[in-house]
Amino acid sequence: MSEQLAQPEHGPAIGQDEWVARHGQRRSLRGGPLGTLETRLLRVPWWAWLVLFLAAMSLLPLFSSSGYVRRVGFDTVLYMLLALGLNVVVGWGGLLDLGFVAFYGIGAYAYAMLDSDKFGIHLPSLVSVPLIVALGAVVGLLLGLPSRRLSGDYLAIVTLFFLQLFQTLTTNGDNAFGHDLTGGPNGLLNIDPLHAFGHDLIVQHRGVFAVSYYYVALVFFALVFVALRLVNHSRTGRAWRSLREDPLAAEAMGMPVNWLKLMAFSFGAATAAFTGTLFAALNGSVFPLTFYFVLLIIVYTMVILGGSGSMPGVVLGALIVSPLLELLRDPGKSRVVFYLAVLGGVVVAFRFSRKLGLVAAATAAFGFVAHAVAGAVDDRWVAGEHAGGAGGALAHWVIVPSHLAGWVPVVSYVGLIAVGLFLTLVPQRIRLVLLVPTLYLAAFVWENVMLVYPEPARYIVLGVILIALMILRPNGLLGEKRVEII
Amino acid sequence: MSANGTTAAPILRLSGINTYYGQIHILQDVNIEVGAGELVSLLGGNASGKSTTLKTILGIVKPRTGTVEFAGDEVTDKRTSYRIGQGMAIVPENRRLFGPMSVLENLEMGAYLNKDGKARTEDFDRVYELFPLLHERRAQLAGTLSGGEQQMVAMGRALMSRPRLLLMDEPSMGLAPILVERSFEIIKQVHDAGVAMLVVEQNANMALSIADRGYVLSTGRIVLEGKAADLLQNEDLRKAYLGR
Repeated sequence: MSEQLAQPEHGPAIGQDEWVARHGQRRSLRGGPLGTLETRLLRVPWWAWLVLFLAAMSLLPLFSSSGYVRRVGFDTVLYMLLALGLNVVVGWGGLLDLGFVAFYGIGAYAYAMLDSDKFGIHLPSLVSVPLIVALGAVVGLLLGLPSRRLSGDYLAIVTLFFLQLFQTLTTNGDNAFGHDLTGGPNGLLNIDPLHAFGHDLIVQHRGVFAVSYYYVALVFFALVFVALRLVNHSRTGRAWRSLREDPLAAEAMGMPVNWLKLMAFSFGAATAAFTGTLFAALNGSVFPLTFYFVLLIIVYTMVILGGSGSMPGVVLGALIVSPLLELLRDPGKSRVVFYLAVLGGVVVAFRFSRKLGLVAAATAAFGFVAHAVAGAVDDRWVAGEHAGGAGGALAHWVIVPSHLAGWVPVVSYVGLIAVGLFLTLVPQRIRLVLLVPTLYLAAFVWENVMLVYPEPARYIVLGVILIALMILRPNGLLGEKRVEII
Repeated sequence: MSANGTTAAPILRLSGINTYYGQIHILQDVNIEVGAGELVSLLGGNASGKSTTLKTILGIVKPRTGTVEFAGDEVTDKRTSYRIGQGMAIVPENRRLFGPMSVLENLEMGAYLNKDGKARTEDFDRVYELFPLLHERRAQLAGTLSGGEQQMVAMGRALMSRPRLLLMDEPSMGLAPILVERSFEIIKQVHDAGVAMLVVEQNANMALSIADRGYVLSTGRIVLEGKAADLLQNEDLRKAYLGR
């Protein structure tokens, strides 16, 4: 096609109204230095972003010599890989695949079988890893075959069943016709680290997590990102998107709809299996329950939060959720996350207006007064220890009794939800007034209930943040705006 | 077969088509012919079987009895992609563009089965020549175009596959009256370029004004057929569809 711009010689063309005619103009008109910056940034090619991102990521070990931090970094890269894989199926293919993590498990188990003492096979990683990627792709195709005529709910059920099947097989695989294949619930142990050219890539260096795996994971990530990016910008990638938008129209264009669905399944599965090899090589052991619903939900969260369909989006989603889940493990850190999230929510609701100052000041005052009054009535009401230790003003602000009656956690938690719902029903003025005690109640519930049960609290906080973000940005952080055809 | 007899060899011929949805008999012994380079209108009210006829032609629905012949080749049991590959193309009802994709990508999807890059470039040129506006808007997301422009994209997308027969499902649907007129001008323009067309419409007056011949479907049967000019004069049709 010619690159020259064809100018219509005739008058206003068919259907070209003024709004549409000025569309291009309006876009570039986004004013000021910020607008210029945005246009500049949009012009930066994708690979430059990738290089920049990888460079930034590879600096992490320089900032912290802690094995824990490096380990979290490694896990985050694994999550980024999983999110990229799930994005192919869900974001591009538009297929609700609830069996995704089974492919991750298949990759991990396959590596464990091909590189451990279990069967005495020790394939070099340069052989076993490509083999496992191919295996993942094939199993993805096989699962896709019976599912290809299914869509929506039905597909979800079949894939969910597949995940359950994987669980059952691995859990009971220690007695498959008298043979021990998977080690059953005890999993497979003593798996080789990655090894090539006669060298092992060690996991622990003087008892600390070796940074080499982190870099290997980053290389894996770069490979997968580039490969998927190329696929997405090929004819197949565009066909996937058109299939997701309108399957019937896609079929009427002559696209092989079923084959395209199978391909999406297969690409996602191969990516997950690839990631699985890294997981097994690093941990040295695999267990069935690693590859189950919690992981599935976390990866879905990343994809949805970041923006299903957008590669930078789902990577960002993993980059946020994975460290966040780690932060929420520790009461001291999760407390910071919680109060920042509440503060962020209030700021978003009121912007930086006088109301914001009013609510903040009133809530602070309310807390100190409530604390003082409670302390005056009975010492024990404020004598409780803050979980994880909290000093400073917070200790004099939130009431933490030394002993909680059994009904208090339930009533306060359910009460908080009820009050929250009630607030959405009352007029704005009343809501503003009631918001102050509600915020305080939230803090009370947090300190007295949630922090006592940190594991559920983790997921509840994540869920609340997710809901809030979905209201603010329904398409995820970097998701494409939906364009509806009217 | 046709009362008037078509001069050119038919590019599409439906003979004795009976299509069922479950136990419901939708199309009842439908016979339709479209000659090479001919513009034929298929008229009918709601639930008369127009869309089912189109689906039968495309192979999305299979008839229980009867045959579909396309370009001298029996395609009754062939899949949709085969028929598209043989030279059918459709502009679907409500256009059904891929909204979040650019005009360029939409057009490219129309040529999905054509893997030859050079030939595809020619197709792009041809479509852009017909609709210069699409070239101007090639980077814009299709969903942000106005109704008339979307109609052009839909036509362009269908033309990308170099169709020998272009099927149009209710091109006037959801367009303002002025755009309907323009839309039919576009159809006429494309037809003048030598593409055979089957236009399925409720807007009988408009559809017959540009057509060579017409068929009228009613509850799954062809009740009238003939030259467009004759149909326009037909008393029954005028009463039923033209409100006069």
